[in-house]
Order: sequence, then structure tokens, then C-alpha cells
Amino acid sequence: MLLVVYPLRSLRKGLCRRETIWQYYISILNWWSVSHSQITRLYSRFTSLDKGENGTLSREDFQRIPELAINPLGDRIINAFFPEGEDQVNFRGFMRTLAHFRPIEDNEKSKDQNGPEPLNSRSNKLHFAFRLYDLDKDDKISRDELLQVLRMMVGVNISDEQLGSIADRTIQEADQDGDSAISFAEFVKVLEKVDVEQKMSIRFLH
Amino acid sequence: MLRHQGCSMLRDASAPGMLQALGARGCPGGPVFHLSRKVTSIVPESCLLILLGLVLGGIVLAVAKKAEYQLEPNMFFLFLLPPIVLDSGYFMPSRLFFDNIGAILTYAVVGTLWNSFATGTALWGLHRAGLMDPGVEAGLMDFLLFGSLISAVDPVAVLAVFEEVHVNETLFIIVFGESLLNDAVTVVLYKVFNSFVELGPAHIHATDYVKGVASFFLVSLGGTAVGLLFAFLLALITRFTKRVRIIEPLFVFLLAYVAYLAAEMVSLSSILAVTFCGICCKKYVEANISQKSRTTVKYTMKTLASSSETIIFMFLGISAVDTSKWAWDTALVLGTLFFILLFRAVGVVLQTHVLNRFRLIPLDRIDQVVMSYGGLRGAVAFALVILLDREKVKAKDYFVATTIVVVFFTVIVQGLTIKPLVTWLKVKRSDHHKPTLNEELHEHAFDHILAAVEDIVGHHGYHYWRDKWEQFDKKYLSQLLMRKSAYRLRDEIWDVYYKLNIRDAISFADQGGHVLSAAKLALPSMPSRTSMSESSVTNLLRESGSGACLDLQVIDTVRSRRDKEDAAMHHVLRGSLYKPRRRYKASYSRHFISPDKQERQDKEIFRQNMKRRLETFKSTKHNVCSSKSKARLKEKGRKKKNISLTKETPNGKTQRNIPWQEAAPVLVMVSSEEEESDSSETEREDDEGIVFIARATDEVLQGKTTPGSLDVCPSPCIIPPSPTLAEKELPWKGDQADLAVYVSSETTKIVPVDMQKAWNQSISSLESIASPPGTESGPQHRRFVCPVLEEGRPQSASHVTPEQSSCFQFPSHISRSGRSQSDSSPDGPEQQELQPLMATEEQGRMPPTVEPRRLMFHRASHL
Repeated sequence: MLLVVYPLRSLRKGLCRRETIWQYYISILNWWSVSHSQITRLYSRFTSLDKGENGTLSREDFQRIPELAINPLGDRIINAFFPEGEDQVNFRGFMRTLAHFRPIEDNEKSKDQNGPEPLNSRSNKLHFAFRLYDLDKDDKISRDELLQVLRMMVGVNISDEQLGSIADRTIQEADQDGDSAISFAEFVKVLEKVDVEQKMSIRFLH
Repeated sequence: MLRHQGCSMLRDASAPGMLQALGARGCPGGPVFHLSRKVTSIVPESCLLILLGLVLGGIVLAVAKKAEYQLEPNMFFLFLLPPIVLDSGYFMPSRLFFDNIGAILTYAVVGTLWNSFATGTALWGLHRAGLMDPGVEAGLMDFLLFGSLISAVDPVAVLAVFEEVHVNETLFIIVFGESLLNDAVTVVLYKVFNSFVELGPAHIHATDYVKGVASFFLVSLGGTAVGLLFAFLLALITRFTKRVRIIEPLFVFLLAYVAYLAAEMVSLSSILAVTFCGICCKKYVEANISQKSRTTVKYTMKTLASSSETIIFMFLGISAVDTSKWAWDTALVLGTLFFILLFRAVGVVLQTHVLNRFRLIPLDRIDQVVMSYGGLRGAVAFALVILLDREKVKAKDYFVATTIVVVFFTVIVQGLTIKPLVTWLKVKRSDHHKPTLNEELHEHAFDHILAAVEDIVGHHGYHYWRDKWEQFDKKYLSQLLMRKSAYRLRDEIWDVYYKLNIRDAISFADQGGHVLSAAKLALPSMPSRTSMSESSVTNLLRESGSGACLDLQVIDTVRSRRDKEDAAMHHVLRGSLYKPRRRYKASYSRHFISPDKQERQDKEIFRQNMKRRLETFKSTKHNVCSSKSKARLKEKGRKKKNISLTKETPNGKTQRNIPWQEAAPVLVMVSSEEEESDSSETEREDDEGIVFIARATDEVLQGKTTPGSLDVCPSPCIIPPSPTLAEKELPWKGDQADLAVYVSSETTKIVPVDMQKAWNQSISSLESIASPPGTESGPQHRRFVCPVLEEGRPQSASHVTPEQSSCFQFPSHISRSGRSQSDSSPDGPEQQELQPLMATEEQGRMPPTVEPRRLMFHRASHL
């Protein structure tokens, strides 16, 4: 647990004073072939979000971002930054989550057979989205979970009945094994025609 | 595809007419077009049209000895171009367009500038080098002018060719968007150089160049502003057209055209104006106008656009024949062809190189090849070159000839070869699939996720601004520009859902109208509904045909006398009640389509179909009904009824037959009643029998709903309402709408839950069409059956209303709506599917006069 709280501030000024930080840095570089400047840029963002100045972000830190408050999925996304059962996220975790949104580069497409699957692969991107729906983490999007997300996304003008029928239909459309829920496999299947690589990437994180 | 068909149809139709108009005898072009399918799969439409134009022009030339017809620039710019541009703007996939707006603008502005300057100077160099005919009297300015008009990629040609190639949408939108947006550049360059030529090179000052640059911004931004202004106006106007639905489409065309003219008048970029008008107004207009107006707008726009396109290409061919305007210079022609191809390719490669640094998905080499090869020139260039003043531009004839050759070359040669090229290069094609609800939903989620992540990393990128825009749109624009009703229901996910449902319902209705037999309707069980695509619905319908027609004799052979009784009564009543046709009101209004005539007829047909289905359905219905449960239900109902009958028939409890016997006179009474057609209070008292039956059914109903549902047997086959009830009800159908809705409740037995909504909507739309005559005739009808209704209804209404609201609930919301007891029974899911379709909103729409219909629903739903 203590490892979580690294003295991160040092990342900003001269890097790699300690070995742990160096490893830390390397591990970030591993998920993310980013430049040093990119890391420092994101790190400065991290520290500016970190009002408590303890090297970690809490949920409150995220909730302070004004635009996130009006994002219908804001809370879900904030939650996605926090590992199971924790309410602090360090820079490493922060970067790890953001790494999902890095665009896939051409040279990555070819070489990716050997190593572990990169975080920004198609299936990881999809899995990230899937987890936003799947609250109880049973690897299935149930009707209720879908309804909750729908409720967040469509605003108050649509009645509950309409929402319910949308949810039913959505599940019907995706459901293949007839369990009235969308498993991850079904989720991938139903989005196979969607250009997820493009739609779940941000150029800034290149 | 649509355009394509429209085009070929049009062409078929227009070819002979055109020939006649041209005074030609014999029709060599005619047979060519009957090969259309085969030919057009290889040869683009535009090529064929140009060739046809050439042939026609040749004939005219041979007959009249001089070319009489030409593509007049004024006609082209004022009448032929606007529909095409409006069509492309209005149906522009706006998301895609704005996603790629950076690339599009770069290619449109930088690319066009580069092309025209490079081509102009290179040709001038060629001229200076003495390679051209000395007859070509042109200076640098002339060549730059020529370069400016020849270098613009033409939207008409691009559309015509690319539409058949089906490259991926990103590629298409970039080329096509470029061709639309480069208009501003072309117009400015053309005008500036034209004035320079008129002034003569000696009189051009530095300020003129500055003015030229300034006018570019003025023309492009001004054109866009005009477009936005009119889009705003248009959206605002359509918000208030509720009472004049019929002229809604007119506003769309009118205002878009006014935008075009306004921009043209103050010499701003008219193409930009119409494009942006189309792109921006669409969302609000579509939300405001009615479904029919939407269809009208769509098809009118497509038709106009493809007719303009046809005419343009034909006239290109025709006017090319006019050799009096030609002056051929091989060096100029070949040089122009070479340079435009070369510079286009160079420009694309250079720009893409820069652009790819900023693009999420870079444009690869193959894309670049297609983009440079797809830079087609077309009618805009031709019209502009015709507009040149021969006095000022000495080499006009040479330029005309060159332009014609360039246009023909790009449209015919490149148009012909681009398809094989695309196949050969394995360019990513677009896969056209219908949007699924999942895709829509999850893509929305992706957008939100990306916006959130951009917020978190503190980067104000594309998603940030798009999110901002959407907030703004939602808060202010939509509220201002959309109808309250439309605004409330405005949601893209919901839209997709709605459309999918409509589609399914239509395909189902198509199937059902012809193929469905009763046997197919009586589905014993639903297979697990894996996917709800239209094919699956049809498959479902098809497959189910075999297993459904099970042994109706075995299960339910005993048709009680009462059933027969009621059936007979039903037939008599129906036969006599529905015979008198309503007189059609002969009214004419240009601004309102009166609901009778065509729609009435449609409804009529629909009703007939439904009726037929119902009839056949009735006969097979019993097979699905578990006789046991039915018997029990009946028993209960009967008891109840008998209690109420005690006054008149004290022995009703023991002797079941008594009611039937009593019903016989009822029959007679009813028919006689009709003849009298005069329902006074006194008479009604005489008709106690009828009154009783009416009440009795209600009682039966009551009896069935409450106790019946408590001990519903768990068998899955309590599907349809018992025929008895159906038949009993039928005689009391007050108005037309009844049948439609009623029948639909039967047909939807196999319609999955989510389609019911769509059904509802389609039916209710039918209802609303017919409602004026319906209500009109309602009283009339009721006079015939008056005693029955007048007495029966109040009672029934009072009986049922408390429960009505609950049992009308749209089936899929059991949990919320707290439906009554029937849901707690084990057959919940099945029943859910079998519920008659009846949305809550339907309820509100129904006029109070049709109370009996509610009753029927009530009944059906509780069986």
C-alpha cells in the first residue's frame, strides 16, 4: 500500500533520482511509448488536479473538474480510474487508465503478436467501455445496468417505459446465448463494425 | 442507390421527350438505355449521359445545320446547380463532415489555390516556351484565370462518380467536401482574375491583390453566414408550421433557394451558403416537420438533384458538339490535362503529409491515390469558361475546347477507370449496414467517455468542443428552434430505436399483408429471439408456418352454442352495420390534404387485410387455447353473469342454455332495430335483451379478469382472447378504428414486445388519418346500435376504468407499472409478449366515444 504514494513530485524536476522512480517511469513508458515531455505534461496536469498535494488523486479531485460534472457518464469514468476498492489513484494508475485512449499506431499493429497485449488495443478499449456498464463486475451487462446507463445518457425527456423498451431491444439485439444480458463477447461482436480504434482514441495522447 | 435508380428512371423517361423537344426523328439513344443495369454497373451514369448528349447534339447539328442548344451558364447556376448542392448539403453526414472538417478545408482552400496557380503558371510557361499555337493570345493573367476555373474539383462530377464507387466514407467525405467547399476559392479566384484581365496587367496595383485576398474571406465567410442565417430562419419557421403541414416541404426548398439567391446576389459563395444551410438546418427541420413532409422533402430533393444532374451531363454532351466555339490547340489541351493531373497529385501528397501529423487516422498512400485520381472536373468549370467574355479574353475558344476535353476526360476516362482502380488497390470500401441500437448507444457512450478523458487530461480538443457545442445546442438552440413536442422526444438513441421499430413493423406488415396466414399467426411459442433484424422477423414468420397449425380439432372441438350464437350475431350485425358506406366529402384544398381519398383508401385496404386475417385467425384460434383454462374461466364468468341475470332469467345458474335461447330474439331485435334506425328512449327499454347481452359480456369480462387471473393455468397457451369474446365484441364496434386496433391486437400475438410500439404507432397514425370521418360517422353508427351501446357502455366503462390504466400498460414495463394480478402468475413472460399492443399514449389519443374498444383490450390483455 505504501508503494502507492511515491514521491512523485520529483518526476517533474530532474527525473530518476531514485531507482524506484526510474522503474516507475520505465513501466509507464512500457505501456505507452510516449515521450518524456508527454509524461511531464500529463504529470503537471496530475499535480494540478491533486489539490491535496499527496501524490494521489481522490474522487473529489476528479469531481472538481467542472466539465466532468455535466458529463453524463462522468462518475462512471471517474470510477474507472480507481482500482477495485481503493479511493486513491497515483500517477501510475492515472497513466495506466489514460493509456487506453492512446491511438494505435501503424507500427504497433504489426508487432503486437509477441508481447502482452497493449492497453490501447481494440479489445482493451472495448473492455474499458464495457466495465463502465458492468457495475457488479460479473462480466455481463444486465438489463438493469443498461437501464442505468441509458437513464444517464438520455436525459429526462424519455419516459421510463421507452427507456425500458430501448434496453430490451438493445439486449435482444446483442444477446446470442439467450441469457438476457450482454456478455463481453457479445459486446465485442455487436460492435465489430464500429471503428473502435478511432472512436476510443484521443490524438492528444499520441 | 436511390439516386442511381432515380437517375436511370429519369433518363428513361427523359430521353424520348428530349428527342422530341429537339425535333429529332428516330431514336438511336433509346435502346441503349434498356441495357441499363448491365451497362451502368461498368460505365458510370454520367459518362452515358454525356455520350447521349453528344449523340443528340450530333443529330441536332445534322438536322438543323447549327448547334442550337447549349448549357447556358445562367441556367446552370440559377436552376441546375442549387438542387444538387442542397441535396448534398442536406443529406451530408454532418458528424463525418465535421470530424474531417480540417482536412476538407485544407484540401479545398490550399489545394485549390495551389492547383490553380500551379496550372496557370505552368501553362503560361508552356506558352512562353513557344509550344503552343501562336493563335493562343493569352498572358499570364489569362492563364491564371483559366487555371482557376479548370482546377476546381466539381461536386456534380464527384458525386456522380463516387456514388457508384463506394469508397469508405472518410475518403468520400474528404473528396466530396472539398469539391463543395472549394467553391468559395474558385469564385474568388475567377472573379479576381477576370477583373485583372479586364483591367489589363498594367493597371493592377498592389492594393488589388490585397483586395483579392480580403474578398476571399468575405466571400467564403459571408456565404457561410448567409447559409447559417437561412438555416436558422428555416428551422424557426418549421417550428410553427403545425397547422400547415402540407407546405412544410415548400419552406425547406424555398428558403434554401432564397439562401442561394441571396448569396449569389451579393456575389458571395452561393454554394457554401446552400451547403451550410442544408447541413445546419437538417437537425431541427427533421425534428419539426411531420413524417410525411420528411419523406416528401427527401424524395423531392433527391429527384430534383438527379434530374439536374441528368440535365447537366446531357447538356454537357450537347454543347460540346458546337464546333463554332471550339479552337483546338493540342499543346494546350495535352498540357492542361497533364498539369491538372500532376499538380493534383503533388498537392494531395504534400497536403496529406502535413495533415497526417494532425490526424488520428492518417490517410495512407492508397487513399492519396484515390483522392488525386478522384479530382474530377465538371460542369462548373464549363459554365465558368462559357461565361468568359470573348472581347477581354482573346483565347476563349481555346479555353472552351480545352475545358470540354478536360471535363470529358475526367468524367469519362477517370470515371470509367476509378472503379477498377479502387478494386485493384483494395481501397477500404464502405460497408453499408443499418445502424443498430447497440452501435448507436455505445458510440454515444464512447463520445462521452472521450469528452470526459479530455477533460481529465485538461486538453481542449475536438471532443471537448463538440461536447461544448452539444451542451449549447441542447440548452439554447434546440429549445429555440424545435417544437416543444419534438424537443422533448429528441434523443438520438431513441430516434434509432424508433426507426428500427418502424422498419421492423413495416417489413412485418409487408410480410403479413400477403404471406401471413392464420396458421402462421398462431404461433405456439416463440423461439428465443436472438436478433431482431428484419430478416429474423421474416424468418420467424416463415419458419413458424409449419409447426403452428396444430390440431385445432383435438384440443378444442366443442364450440359451444353460445359461440355460434355470437358468431351468427356478429355476422348479422357486421353485415348490416358496415354496409352503409359513408359519403366521401368532396372538398378541395390545396394546403391541406383531406384525410379521405387516398389515405382513406389505404386504410380501407389495411382494414380489409386485417379483417381477413382475423377471420382466418378465428378459425384456428382454438387450437392454442387451453380448453381447460378456458372452461374454467368461462365457468367463472358465467356464474357472475348469471348473478346479474337473475332478474330476467332466474334459472340461469342451473340452465346454461337459457342465455342462448334468449339471445336468439336479441338477434332479431338487433336487425329490426337497424331498420328502424331510430333510437328513442322508449325503444330502448323494449330492448332489454340486447342490453343484457351487452352487460353480460362486461360481466363476463369482469369475472374473467379478477378470478381468472388468480388461477391462470401455467400453460403457455392461453394466448389469444377467446373467440367467444372476440366475436361478442365485434358487433359493438362503434367505428372503423376499432377493427384496425382490435385486429392488431391479434396479429401482434407473435410480434415481439418491442415491435408492438411500432405497431401501435403505425396503427395510431392510421387512426388519426381516419379520425375525422371516424368521429363523423361514429354517431351515425351508434344510432343503429344505440340501445346496445348506450346502455352497455356506461356500465362497462365504470367497471373497467379503474383497471384499464394498468392493463393498458406497455407490456415490457411490468415492474414499474405495477400491473395487476396477471403478472404475478408464472406465465408472466409469455403473456408479456402476447399483450395486445396498447401504449399508454394511445389511450390519451382515443376519443371517448370508443369506450367499447378499450373494453376489448382490457379483455384481451387479461386472457
